Amino acid sequence: MLDHTVSLVTFVPLVGAIVIAFLPRERPDLARATALVAALVAWLFSLGLLVGFLPTHPGFQAVEVADWIPAFGIQYKVGVDGLSVVLVVLTTTLTWISILASFGPIRERVKEYMVSFLILEVGMIGVFVALDLFLFYIFWEVVLVPMYLIIGIWGGANRIYATIKFVLYTLVGSLLMLVAILATAFAFQDAHGGQWAGAFDFEQLRTFAGTTGFANGLQLAAFLAFFLAFAIKVPMFPFHTWLPDAHVEAPTAGSVILAGILLKLGAYGFIRFAIPLFPDAAKTYAPAIIVLSLIALIYGAIVALVQPDLKKLVAYSSVSHMGFVTLGIFIFQQQGLYGAILQMVNHGLITGALFLLVGVVYERTHDRTIARMGGLSARTPVYAATFGFFMLASLGLPGLSGFVGEFLVLVGTFAYNPVVAGIATLTMIFAAGYLLWMYQRLFFGDLSEFLRGLGAHLTDIRPVETLTLVPLATLVVVFGLFPGLILHLVDGTVTSVLSGLQRATAINLFFWQ
Amino acid sequence: MESLVVLIPALPLAGFILTGLFGRRLDKEAHWLAVGVVVVSWLISMVVVVAALSGRLGDAGLSIKLWEWIPAGKAFHVDVGFTVDNLTAVLLIVVTTIGMLVHVYSIGYMAHDPGYWRFFAYLNLFMFSMLVLVLASSFLVVFVAWELVGLSSYLLIGFWYGRRSAALAAKKAFIVNRVGDVGFALGIMAIFVNTGTFEIRESIEKLTAAGAVLTVPLPVIALLVFAGAMGKSAQFPLHVWLPDAMEGPTPVSALIHAATMVNAGVYLVARTNLLFAHAPDAMVVVAAIGIFTAILAASIALTQTDIKRVLAYSTLSQLGYMFAALGVGAWAAAIFHLMSHGFFKGLLFLDSGSVIHAVDGEQDMRLMGGLSRKIPITYGTMLIGSVAISGIPPLAGFFSKDEILASAFKNGFLWVWLVGFIVAGLTAFYMFRLMGLTFWGPSRVDRQVEPHIHESPPVMTGPLIVLAIPSVFLGLLIGFPPESGLIHQWLEPVFTDGLEVLHRPEAAFNVFGIDGALVLSSVLIAAVGIAVAWRLFGVELPRLSREPDPERVRALTARAPFLYRASLNKWWFDDLYDLLFIRVGGRVAAFLWWFDRVIVDGTVNQIGIETQRAGRLLRQVQTGRVQNYALGIALGLLVMAGSYLVITAR
Repeated sequence: MLDHTVSLVTFVPLVGAIVIAFLPRERPDLARATALVAALVAWLFSLGLLVGFLPTHPGFQAVEVADWIPAFGIQYKVGVDGLSVVLVVLTTTLTWISILASFGPIRERVKEYMVSFLILEVGMIGVFVALDLFLFYIFWEVVLVPMYLIIGIWGGANRIYATIKFVLYTLVGSLLMLVAILATAFAFQDAHGGQWAGAFDFEQLRTFAGTTGFANGLQLAAFLAFFLAFAIKVPMFPFHTWLPDAHVEAPTAGSVILAGILLKLGAYGFIRFAIPLFPDAAKTYAPAIIVLSLIALIYGAIVALVQPDLKKLVAYSSVSHMGFVTLGIFIFQQQGLYGAILQMVNHGLITGALFLLVGVVYERTHDRTIARMGGLSARTPVYAATFGFFMLASLGLPGLSGFVGEFLVLVGTFAYNPVVAGIATLTMIFAAGYLLWMYQRLFFGDLSEFLRGLGAHLTDIRPVETLTLVPLATLVVVFGLFPGLILHLVDGTVTSVLSGLQRATAINLFFWQ
Repeated sequence: MESLVVLIPALPLAGFILTGLFGRRLDKEAHWLAVGVVVVSWLISMVVVVAALSGRLGDAGLSIKLWEWIPAGKAFHVDVGFTVDNLTAVLLIVVTTIGMLVHVYSIGYMAHDPGYWRFFAYLNLFMFSMLVLVLASSFLVVFVAWELVGLSSYLLIGFWYGRRSAALAAKKAFIVNRVGDVGFALGIMAIFVNTGTFEIRESIEKLTAAGAVLTVPLPVIALLVFAGAMGKSAQFPLHVWLPDAMEGPTPVSALIHAATMVNAGVYLVARTNLLFAHAPDAMVVVAAIGIFTAILAASIALTQTDIKRVLAYSTLSQLGYMFAALGVGAWAAAIFHLMSHGFFKGLLFLDSGSVIHAVDGEQDMRLMGGLSRKIPITYGTMLIGSVAISGIPPLAGFFSKDEILASAFKNGFLWVWLVGFIVAGLTAFYMFRLMGLTFWGPSRVDRQVEPHIHESPPVMTGPLIVLAIPSVFLGLLIGFPPESGLIHQWLEPVFTDGLEVLHRPEAAFNVFGIDGALVLSSVLIAAVGIAVAWRLFGVELPRLSREPDPERVRALTARAPFLYRASLNKWWFDDLYDLLFIRVGGRVAAFLWWFDRVIVDGTVNQIGIETQRAGRLLRQVQTGRVQNYALGIALGLLVMAGSYLVITAR
């Protein structure tokens, strides 16, 4: 039933991009419409994938295999498990919302923008469905190029600096990852009497890792390389400084995708590749990664407190929130992993929405300086209410989706170590601090001098803008009340990752063989 | 019965959603829906309460499972479900009755406010959250409601968001509550990790079972739960948010910040009494924090000039009594006081709202005085409330407060009794200081306002009269005879296990023994407090009249300048927190941001710069001249040949 669905979802946006490339330049409306249609079709296919997916069925589903470079056993192999499905649907959803949100703000080079956006979608979906390490690497790098253009061409004043930093930083990590992928393949080929077949196949590599296992030295080195690539993407402290710059300069939709999906690529990489392939190394490094996660949680929140720019504030809040994800992953504990995955989705929805909301005020004021705002509640009540809703979701108000993920991670952490959980839970206070303070400065009090100067330009949220936010708000409520909708989908993923870790033992870093 | 119970919170929720969506269009008619749902919810509650208290739901109460909330693997699941037992029933009486009366009162009080519909939507949201809080059967659902009442409190304190002080107070309330909530959340985690369940009853039974092996000591778990209670019930050192919360409209102060939400902490500790019974050390902490808050807040209330702030500190102080009661193991007395305090403090706040309404928004008692004849209903009901809270028999406060003091004494907590005894005197004093300044003596009202002073409309005075009835009779009705009244019979099944663990001897009340002496002493100290207040601030009662004596007040404050300033400045806690968390905390945050830009990001950029520089250096090598390259090749060959010779020569 799902024979080619995965490929369809992945490449429908590419078809859209090609069509747009042939559209006349003087018709930006056509480019917009085509992009939206392509994104919606991909979205529908992904929903089909979701409906056809069997949560109780272990292993990967809808797998497609074709030889690509047979000499090295490299294949076009795609397929999904619960984690992939969830993230693919998140991607397709946020993509059409972002494209819709770009209709107003993007007025120049619309054609190129839409092409970039759709190719970006291909790359992101590809990362989530690739089951061949080489293919995965290709998709991983495909993501980079359109995002480079989106920030570099349609970004703010300092866009060149931000986009070059973003690309170089990410590239450093991913090139090391390529080396690690090759080293892993060589080791596999070595162990199989020089046969290349399966050397890049994730399933075969995982089986090998779970039985014979890779040599300790390779594990320690390759895990570090993967870790660097993923940690930069998440981003984990201290590799996070590209993020505020990129967010500030990116156009609204770019920020939405950056926060909503790109950051998840790193977390996905940890769960899918780094941990199952190198379980012993993962256990070895876990305590250090947990410490980094704790730092990200607290440090990100405290630094968010003093940000003068709205987007930077949300960017640092992302650093803090993603700390929950990496913490949940690396305590290697059932609730933690469930929570981490849920938090990935929730962060995508909530932070995506927050960036859309920042975009709303930016479009009217061409400013994001918090100090110049104030008193918006009286002038734009619907905007204030919507912002308030997502602000509360972001600070983890129970009943909305953010809470469940955070709480699961915290419970798992408590079982791992109560003191670590105690430190992580302090984030609850800081998050309330920076979010409520921001909200107060934006919406309460009298209308600020600066905003008063805008006069009639300062309008309440428009129907198109509402259209992009209503689906996100709905999902935030639904997943808050019925998180089982996601949790049941990833039962298989969680079980498989944790069972792979069961036999793993930490390597003595000083005397490994 | 199940569906009836579900309707109790569901109706206000529906009211919130509908009023929130369509309230703008309903405008001044918005109250029909909002008040309607709460009235129906009250009716249904009464049916359920009667069923519960008459024993028809059994000792364990009625349990309802709604849906499985968080299914994260086989070992982890949380159900959304409700339990109705007698403790819940008592709380339902307080929450729905006062909630309904405050809704009605608000029709009048908020009549001219442009945010009329918004106010009712928020009130409905609060009712929903508070009702879920008392109904929930699982710790995690309690926590959800816990945060939702916090949210409604935030929204309502900041209702007049144009005022900076209101916005700040709202934020402060939320964040201070979050500090307590961190403790509560950690407590819930500890409970789950050690028992594998979030269900309140089941988990506590497992925690306290003989031979249970815990990763966290039991008293620590109990104190973590108590931390949540301290936040919501504003106990020292988390008490600072409640007085500021008076920035909200007065009906909100009455409902949320006096009669219901602030009781949530008391409810939580009573609900988990078995846990505390097994952790006597934690109970001592509860008693100490409670009684300390009681005297701290009472000492501040003595000198405040804002009528609502006096009542706010009084609320803190009375909540302190309740925690003291919980700490000494007098759980039923704590819930009894929760109930009677809910009624008379709700009444006092609504009265203060009526006063403020009468004098055109003025809250400073120095600009009041002589109001007794101009707003007689408000005056009469407020006098009843003041007598009730002062502990004069036979009004409600006398019975409930006296049980607390007597239990503290008889359970061996003499220090709790002694402090509580002093607080009783202070309470009577500051309440009659309030009465004297507001209602008696010469008028100090603004001349512009003076002619317009008017009694509130019936929609506001009606709730006052209704609330005055339980303030008078509740004690006699359910608190007599002392320590075996109806309230004790109702709550017996809830607390019986805990009391068994504590081994408290059940001595019958003896009028001519220690009990009689205790009653007499506490009535006496209240009378002294009232008499002193009369002497200083005047009184105008039938056959009893005395002019205020401001000279004497001035002389008294001059004689104890430190104590006076400490009381006036709230013992400087707000200043201390401002210094610690705003100034020092702000510095830390600013430093970390500097660290992020200069050190972390600086390192990243420096790596980039060094790479560029290295590239520029290496570029020099690429000259494009063949002879340079040839030279390089020749030199390279020479080096290689030389090393070959050296190595092979060995």
